Amino acid sequence: MIQVRLAGDGVNVEFQAASGITALFGGAEAGKTRILDAIAGFATPTQGRIILDDGILFDGASSVSLPPRRRRCAYVARHWALFPHMTIHDNLLFPLASLAGVGRRERHRRVKEMIERFALHDAAPRRPHLVPPEDCLRATVARALIGEPKLLLVDEPAAGLDVAMRAEWHKILRTVRDETNLPVLLATRDLDTCFELAGSMLLLNAGRILQSGPPRAVLDQPVSVEAARLLGIRNLFPAEIVALDPGRNTSRLRLENFDLNGPYLPGRLRGDRVWLCVEPGQLHAAPHDGSKPAANQVAARLERATEMPRAVRLEFAGGIVAEIARWEFERRPKGEDNKDWLVEFPPPALRVLGCP
Amino acid sequence: MPLDWSPLWFSLRYAGLATLLAILAALPLAWLLTRRRFPGSELLDALANLPLVLPPAVLVYYLLAGAGQFSWHVAVVVSAVYTLPLFFRMTRAGLAAVDHGFENAARGLGAGEWRVFWIVTMPLGWRALFAAVLAGFARAFVDLGATAIVASHVQAALLLPIAALALTAIYVGNRVRRAQVPA
Repeated sequence: MIQVRLAGDGVNVEFQAASGITALFGGAEAGKTRILDAIAGFATPTQGRIILDDGILFDGASSVSLPPRRRRCAYVARHWALFPHMTIHDNLLFPLASLAGVGRRERHRRVKEMIERFALHDAAPRRPHLVPPEDCLRATVARALIGEPKLLLVDEPAAGLDVAMRAEWHKILRTVRDETNLPVLLATRDLDTCFELAGSMLLLNAGRILQSGPPRAVLDQPVSVEAARLLGIRNLFPAEIVALDPGRNTSRLRLENFDLNGPYLPGRLRGDRVWLCVEPGQLHAAPHDGSKPAANQVAARLERATEMPRAVRLEFAGGIVAEIARWEFERRPKGEDNKDWLVEFPPPALRVLGCP
Repeated sequence: MPLDWSPLWFSLRYAGLATLLAILAALPLAWLLTRRRFPGSELLDALANLPLVLPPAVLVYYLLAGAGQFSWHVAVVVSAVYTLPLFFRMTRAGLAAVDHGFENAARGLGAGEWRVFWIVTMPLGWRALFAAVLAGFARAFVDLGATAIVASHVQAALLLPIAALALTAIYVGNRVRRAQVPA
């Protein structure tokens, strides 16, 4: 269990994390690395308090700051930082040399155990530059765990890895999550990673936590337009609530050029200015055959169709973005190049965010 | 005439001692200035570079005035002071080039600063440090300006650069004399 409160230096956060993976999600200057560095002790924050289990690692008020070596926070750096002048075996041995009360035989036994556990037999006698990258990745995690830390800090070492390596990396972290009950703080800028591994996520921007919770809940209901943008949600439109009917569980939203029917919006009032947000994958789109648009259907002009690995992204005038399956896109009438489409907004997919 | 090797041996010993002194002073200084920020660190940095612009005679004068007597130990100190900026600058660049990520990784794995330096920083930066030691040694070995003043007062100690200078002087003198003597 780690409790963190930091203030000053452009970082202003307060959170706690129990065992399992907690993702720090955010872009380049969100403050992920600064938070991890402050917890590990590589940087000294101006104010705040960091408590790991029952021990105080840092307290700004009483100027307590444990040196990194006494914090027992293992750090997996972005570039892994396996010592290049040592073999993998010696890399694993390194943290044990600083542990008091561990004899020579015990050290070698533990290294051997880790080599077994992370399948590093081939890599052990070699130096990191002669070892395949996936073995290096496993060795980095093994080295971090061998000193029995109380917390694992991971600074997006998968950034820039290819797809196969990323899958391997996720597998390693899943194993760590399931086999130990360490709290893991994982900095990442990849939403897929959050969903695959993390039990909860902190959405960070400019050193602040915008939102926290399980990844599904965060993506389903972003707290603000800013949060929605950071999560990569494309369809964001300003709207006004023109009708609310709790009895029939409906509402009516007026957008710039059209009206939409939505579900009832608890806690909102008629006349509220809000933002409407829809996941591109939840819109239906089909070429306009000339019939009158039904409820929640909007005629829009197709500006661009982009092929993606598993879908086609359609961008319409007015900033509407829809993603439809390839086969759906291929089904459209061939020959004529029809730019007029009908886009349908299913009411359950509509989400309403408050104005900032 | 038997060859006299003593200037070479003496120069080696002298340059070695001067380099050692410079290392002892410059290595902790370089480490401190690349790894820590503290009030006065920039002043310290400037001071370490000061001998670059200090005329040798000035330094020798003050050292002799301080020591009160002529001795080859003074020459070693003078040489060390002149080697210091060169050694310091190269060491500093070498230490700064060592990736902090490795050092932080070692700290996170429980290593104290002493261990981080000897087991991580030194093995990763030894090429730069070795180059700095070589350059410093060479500088002390061939140094003439500062040491000539001191060594000229010490009869027993004849340094190689000074011996070479003396030999050159004799050689040139002979040539000049021969040219002046009419055939």
